[in-house]
Amino acid sequence: MEDKSRQLVQMISEMQEEDAVKLAREMLDSGYDPVKLLGHCREAMEAVGKRYEEGEYFLPELMLAGEMLKAIGDMAKPLIKQGAEGAKTVGTIVLGTVQGDLHDIGKNIVTFMLEINGFKVIDLGIDVPVENFIESIKQNKPEVVGLSGFLTLAFDAMKQTIEAIKAAGLRENTKIMIGGGQVDETIKTYTGADAFGLNAMDAVSLCKRWMPA
Amino acid sequence: MSTGSAVASASVLYAQRQKRLMDAIELREPDRLPTILFSHFWVARYCGMTCREAMYDYEGLAAAMRKAVVDLEPDGFQPVHALLAFGPTMDILDYKQLEWPGHKGLADNVPFQYLDAPYMTAEEYEEYVLDPTGFMLHKYMPRVAGALEPLSQLPMYPGVLHTRIIQSMEAYARPEVRRALETLIKAGEEMQKMRAVQSRLIQELKDLGFPSAAHGTSHAPFDVAADYLRGSKGAMLDLFRNKDRLLNLLDRLTVLIPLSAIAAAKAAGGNMVFIPLHWGLDGFMSPKQFTTFFWPQFQKVLLALIDAGLYPHVLWEGDCTSRLDVIKDVPAGKCVYFFERTDMFKAKEALRGTVCIRGNVPASMLIAGTPNEIREYCKKLFDVVGDGGGFILDAGVGVPDEAKAENVQAMYGYAKECVY
Repeated sequence: MEDKSRQLVQMISEMQEEDAVKLAREMLDSGYDPVKLLGHCREAMEAVGKRYEEGEYFLPELMLAGEMLKAIGDMAKPLIKQGAEGAKTVGTIVLGTVQGDLHDIGKNIVTFMLEINGFKVIDLGIDVPVENFIESIKQNKPEVVGLSGFLTLAFDAMKQTIEAIKAAGLRENTKIMIGGGQVDETIKTYTGADAFGLNAMDAVSLCKRWMPA
Repeated sequence: MSTGSAVASASVLYAQRQKRLMDAIELREPDRLPTILFSHFWVARYCGMTCREAMYDYEGLAAAMRKAVVDLEPDGFQPVHALLAFGPTMDILDYKQLEWPGHKGLADNVPFQYLDAPYMTAEEYEEYVLDPTGFMLHKYMPRVAGALEPLSQLPMYPGVLHTRIIQSMEAYARPEVRRALETLIKAGEEMQKMRAVQSRLIQELKDLGFPSAAHGTSHAPFDVAADYLRGSKGAMLDLFRNKDRLLNLLDRLTVLIPLSAIAAAKAAGGNMVFIPLHWGLDGFMSPKQFTTFFWPQFQKVLLALIDAGLYPHVLWEGDCTSRLDVIKDVPAGKCVYFFERTDMFKAKEALRGTVCIRGNVPASMLIAGTPNEIREYCKKLFDVVGDGGGFILDAGVGVPDEAKAENVQAMYGYAKECVY
């Protein structure tokens, strides 16, 4: 089984989708602990994330890795007994595409990369009204809020969202990062965000840097 | 000044502007830095129209475009109606691929947005490759427009011949097909109204001395597969799951795509083809994926357009700096590469003597910056990218909808001071 688990990690990180899913099925069928199996998936995702950060993998690989993780998760999760301990999270991030903008590829990749780096991500979706961000911040007390947007209309929507977070008295304990499309230093200043990112790696390193020691 | 000399001076200005653009495209030094005005909703907002009004009011949009062109005096303009004046026609068609202002959830002053979805399944690759026109008619059109669903009932003519052609007429009288055909006529009439306003505007601007700088639109084969057929997720997964099917489809598209662009440019009586790219940028695909699925097919499209006497203006969205060494492989003086976030100085190094560069005043600066910042940025571009010619000044992906008027005026005004 030791060999098989190593094989599984390798298959996932080498993008061998069919083989990986088949092997995971076999392992579960022969009684392999589903919690341990998901642990191997996490290990594989970390390897994929690392290769993405190093410029070897790109969006298509992240997309396929996500699909493999979902397929294996769907097989393993029903077999996990209630109360089994999930992985500890390193922090909570509330993320969404701001109001008026319907784009989500960038946001989804950031969610994926944050999750494989151990963050709990609350993804509010696209075209997110200001109130939904406020509500989610109150409820989840995230360390970081991520505002995504592809269109230039997102600049004002980001600005308004950040102003509303401030007005609700939630700005002080929350770091805010923006990203997507044409966002840059000028727009960081314009919106009042703490930082901007050009890609998913930037989002991960910002969040890591902002976690309390 | 007599009317006659005003007309003469407009025609002189027209010729000067056209020459300025062509000098840049063919890599000669023009008399001064040329500009093109490309924008979606900015011209409408500049004149106080909402995005929704811009999509529905053809005459209002024409007046706005005329004012913007006359005020800014660019050397070329991209006709704006063809970019967005679709509202009434989409209503008639019950169009489903776009969300637009005032329709369903979107507010009146928000631009239209494309709905990314798989409009073709993985199992349909072979069907498309075998008969693209049949697929578009029987499957695709019914999926993207509610009113066109009955087109799925139209006969499949490759196997319907001789007296069966005559008998097949029965399909056209079915109540639902009849309704679809009537809708097509209505949509066609609406589009003719829009086109008539657009043609008149282009002529009016020509009479005022301003040439159009876009006579059709084309695509990269991979973008068609990813944006319009398989959806972004489907296309990305197909790089692994359906690699051969995808490559076959791309080969087919490589042959077909230039045909429509050549026909459109011929009908418009011009030679500039606008090609917005969505999937070519750094970070989306690996260099190997780019040189397998994107560039070889797109390069063939470019060569076909160039062979037909057309000048492609390729909008490389995002940052494409890492692609420069690959994409420079095109005939000299025949293409314009319009960059958004690509490093313009590296682009000049890589493309000098081969490709005219267009761009790239950032959207952020036009929206949140000052006229002074704009002028400084333009000066840097002119000094480095404009060196020796081969450069057209424009905003990053056109003037953003929310740009401040004084910033846009600063950009187009400054270009006139950039004399060679």
